[in-house]
Amino acid sequence: MNLPQIINRKNLTVKEKFYNFFATISGLTIFNMEFFKQVFIPPYEIGEIKKHMSELGVKTFPIVSITGFIIGLVLSLQSLPVLERFGATDFLPATVALSVVRELGPVITALIFAGRVSSGIGAELGSMRVTEQIDAMEVSGVNPFKYLVVTRVFATTMILPILTVYVIFIALFGGFLAVIISQNMTLEYFKNSVVSAVEFGDFIPGVAKTFVFGYLAGIVGAYKGFTTEGGTEGVGKASTTSVVLASLLILIFDMVLVKITLWLWPTY
Amino acid sequence: MADILEVKIKNLSKRFENLVVLDDITLDVKRAENLIVFGQSGTGKSVLLKCIIGLLKPDTGEIYIKDKNVLELGADELNKVRKNIGFLFQSAALYDSMSVRENLEFPLKKILNMPQNEINDKVLHTLELVSLEEAIDKMPSELSGGMRKRIGLARSIITDPQLMLYDEPTTGLDPITSKEISELILNLQKQLKMTSIVVTHDLICADIIADRAIFLREGKIAFEGIIDELTSSNDAFLKNFFSTKLIKE
Ligand SMILES: Nc1ncnc2c1ncn2[C@@H]1O[C@H](COP(=O)(O)OP(=O)(O)OP(=O)(O)O)[C@@H](O)[C@H]1O
Ligand SMILES: [Mg+2]
Repeated sequence: MNLPQIINRKNLTVKEKFYNFFATISGLTIFNMEFFKQVFIPPYEIGEIKKHMSELGVKTFPIVSITGFIIGLVLSLQSLPVLERFGATDFLPATVALSVVRELGPVITALIFAGRVSSGIGAELGSMRVTEQIDAMEVSGVNPFKYLVVTRVFATTMILPILTVYVIFIALFGGFLAVIISQNMTLEYFKNSVVSAVEFGDFIPGVAKTFVFGYLAGIVGAYKGFTTEGGTEGVGKASTTSVVLASLLILIFDMVLVKITLWLWPTY
Repeated sequence: MADILEVKIKNLSKRFENLVVLDDITLDVKRAENLIVFGQSGTGKSVLLKCIIGLLKPDTGEIYIKDKNVLELGADELNKVRKNIGFLFQSAALYDSMSVRENLEFPLKKILNMPQNEINDKVLHTLELVSLEEAIDKMPSELSGGMRKRIGLARSIITDPQLMLYDEPTTGLDPITSKEISELILNLQKQLKMTSIVVTHDLICADIIADRAIFLREGKIAFEGIIDELTSSNDAFLKNFFSTKLIKE
């Protein structure tokens, strides 16, 4: 049995599930290596990359805006009573800002992005696979991995950090709104405390890890789509399993990257 | 004129798990020859074409296209060989996200790097050949099955390949269109010296274009010869196969 067949089998025993799990991991590893091999070889398909980036941006813009706003707002509302207990309401802007910049902004944006984009790429490439469009591209002498996979993964890698920076600002705005509803704090004070609390060591690693998250969201969707088997049913499966796997990998990599960041930028 | 071989297949076998699909096939196709492949549904005609183009890897055997062993070529070299081959999928396999025009432009832009004004002319001309000029700005989802087939055909011949592999080019077309397409395939052979391997069930089409025909059965080439020999054969199986189809004037 080849890799896609193993991965797409149904009614697996526990032993086969283990096997399946490692098959996915090894398949994904091979897929990754192929990506890094192909990404440096011309033609670079800049037009396609730009097209995908703007499509992805437009597609995810509304949902990340709403999410970012609400996260900031709720975080602010929730932190307020806790800080009041310690008589530390002055620290509210700093608390919200640090949580949003260091962790919540990047991770939540990435998870929402993965939900929208990994499934989309999985379904799109999956249906191209089962309707032989990928084969058609291959026999015409165009490298489908390069044209379909590399361009999409490159686009997701580049667009997510941009979205994250935007979400961070929206979330801070949401946080501020929550504060002025309940406290009399000026925008001036809020802004100043955010600026003095957030350092480069908070902002840069927070945004930098979203390059990795964007890459993961793209490569997992592309991998699941590219290796789809079994007609339309397989397409549905590719789309849902991409989201699960991408989200899981994002959280695991977050854990690892946070550890590395704390080691590189120790905070006191 | 000496017969130059375009495709040479030696002892080709292919199985899926326990299902033997192709069993020790040996076949030569000469340059500028039209070869018809007959066979019942599910005997492995599509699998044979996909092996030739390298989409499926045979278990054993050798495949030569113009003296190049396709099974031993690296990705780059294989792509070079493929640029001279056209492949019409049974399902047409049009790119769903692109309009008809973009579907046809794709190989010209990506493979031949043609300038845009030449591309426009070529696209229009090829659409004329399959009489679908009016569909140029449609999306594949807006086309009928037969139209998709003809656009698929147009896309595969647009680069003027030297070897064409057609998987059921006339299935799903009405008799008149079907005849036009068959004549188109014949013309391509005459004008461009194109070699064609055509999988078909359509006897009228076969009758128009065939130089030679083979009949696949149970993974083997059961019969080989010119069309008339096959259709007038006394073999019980062939008689049965062709009598249920043949309505010839
Ligand atoms: N990717 C595949 N995996 C497993 N089995 C396959 C695969 N492709 C084809 N087969 C099997 O190989 C056999 C031959 O298939 P093929 O598509 O070549 O038939 P065909 O002669 O083209 O039939 P039709 O005239 O209906 O198109 C079938 O039994 C099919 O089930
Ligand atoms: Mg077939």
